[in-house]
Amino acid sequence: MSELSVNHLLGIKYLNKKDIQLIFETADHFKEVINRPIKKVPSLRDITIANLFFENSTRTKLSFELAEKRLSADVINFSASQSSVKKGETLIDTVNNILSMKVDMVVMRHPNPGAGVFLSQHIDASIINAGDGAHEHPTQALLDCYSIRERLGEIKGKHVVIVGDILHSRVALSNIYALQLLGAKVMVCGPKTLLPKYIEDLGVKVETDLRKALNWCDVANMLRVQNERMDMSYFPSTREYTKLYGVNKSLLNSLDKEITIMHPGPINRGVEITSEVADSNQAIILDQVENGVAIRMAVIYLLASKIKH
Amino acid sequence: MSQKVLLNAKEVNIILHRLACQLIENHNDFTNTVLIGLQPRGKYLADRLAVILKTDYKIKNLQLGHLDITFFRDDFRRGEKILEANTTDIDFLVENKNIVFIDDVLYTGRSIRAALTAIQSFGRPNEIELLTLIDRRFSRHLPIQPNYRGRQVDAINEEKVKVNWVENEGEDSVYLINN
Repeated sequence: MSELSVNHLLGIKYLNKKDIQLIFETADHFKEVINRPIKKVPSLRDITIANLFFENSTRTKLSFELAEKRLSADVINFSASQSSVKKGETLIDTVNNILSMKVDMVVMRHPNPGAGVFLSQHIDASIINAGDGAHEHPTQALLDCYSIRERLGEIKGKHVVIVGDILHSRVALSNIYALQLLGAKVMVCGPKTLLPKYIEDLGVKVETDLRKALNWCDVANMLRVQNERMDMSYFPSTREYTKLYGVNKSLLNSLDKEITIMHPGPINRGVEITSEVADSNQAIILDQVENGVAIRMAVIYLLASKIKH
Repeated sequence: MSQKVLLNAKEVNIILHRLACQLIENHNDFTNTVLIGLQPRGKYLADRLAVILKTDYKIKNLQLGHLDITFFRDDFRRGEKILEANTTDIDFLVENKNIVFIDDVLYTGRSIRAALTAIQSFGRPNEIELLTLIDRRFSRHLPIQPNYRGRQVDAINEEKVKVNWVENEGEDSVYLINN
């Protein structure tokens, strides 16, 4: 039996193909577990996990917490807005204080790119990156790929377009790494101002015409416009953005084939996709959320099995 | 390494039929009974018994499931070996059912303890019995005994009992292996 090649999940960049396959196979078993009448297993009853959220989150935080509880781990939650971080405590001090309460694993979301890597160099606990700035969001990419695999059977050879605010997105980068590792062809599509310079160096196609992008792809992953990260105006108006980069039913119906629509949430209904599309059978948005718990259980279980007793 | 044949194909076949008959004696037509093979190795025995009960003894509507106990084991993070999960395949509830756990070798009893916890995820059974092909005596860590046993074996701890099935190893046989 193989094990993960890493002791932390800091980004997809640090994983290999075998790691991802192992996570998917383990998630298959956990997906069966979370569909039982009693959805809990006792594997991690002697593990304590701290969820450190230095940035707001609903879905990811709930999903991680549920995954931890379904594995019977003890969970402590921390959010920066209600803590001593506001009083000027440094990241290492905050985390070391928490670790002295005998915590085995840390799940962290942080506004600064590289926060997880930095922490892993200074503390002993196993770290899972739940999003670091505009850098990586590995569990989201894993659950996205897992959902594509579930819907289309396999990922190899599939065409996936990531649409929208690529510049501010950690989901985009992690997805690009993961999809390429699994053999998919990736395209990014959005207004020029929201596409990072030199993104084609990652080996992705770049397109600014949404219709062309959708005609090329099997799966479209629609990203949210991250207004909170925008320090200036990147497009003239939301209305214009929606007109050029929003997906609606008539656009989907005019394509040559039926494509799968994904969204990492939270959705701005009527901006990047219409309600009609979000609630249609073509969208697998709620499957992504369900799979998120199974994927996170798998990641936590596999990392925990490497913690020395 | 030396190995000794404990049971050959013919003996395995005779024992399987005896175990099937003993199950019928206690469970009649199996209306309220389900067979649960414990993954990974109890699956083959459970599948084989189910075939015998259905074809040779004309039991209809036999319910059979496979239970994986990996996430319920008590040795997670305690050994060098990484625990590998298997498929659980139970598409019914076990509420008020009589369950027969089926495994190939009963040794320390720890797998059965894990299975007793794991099955609770599928409801509260009326009663649970245990059937094993091989019962290794004097090696139990827990107060667990089989209700149906194929063959009792006295083996020391260094020895290993290996059950082979046509389905995966190409022959039905049981070996005692001395490392």
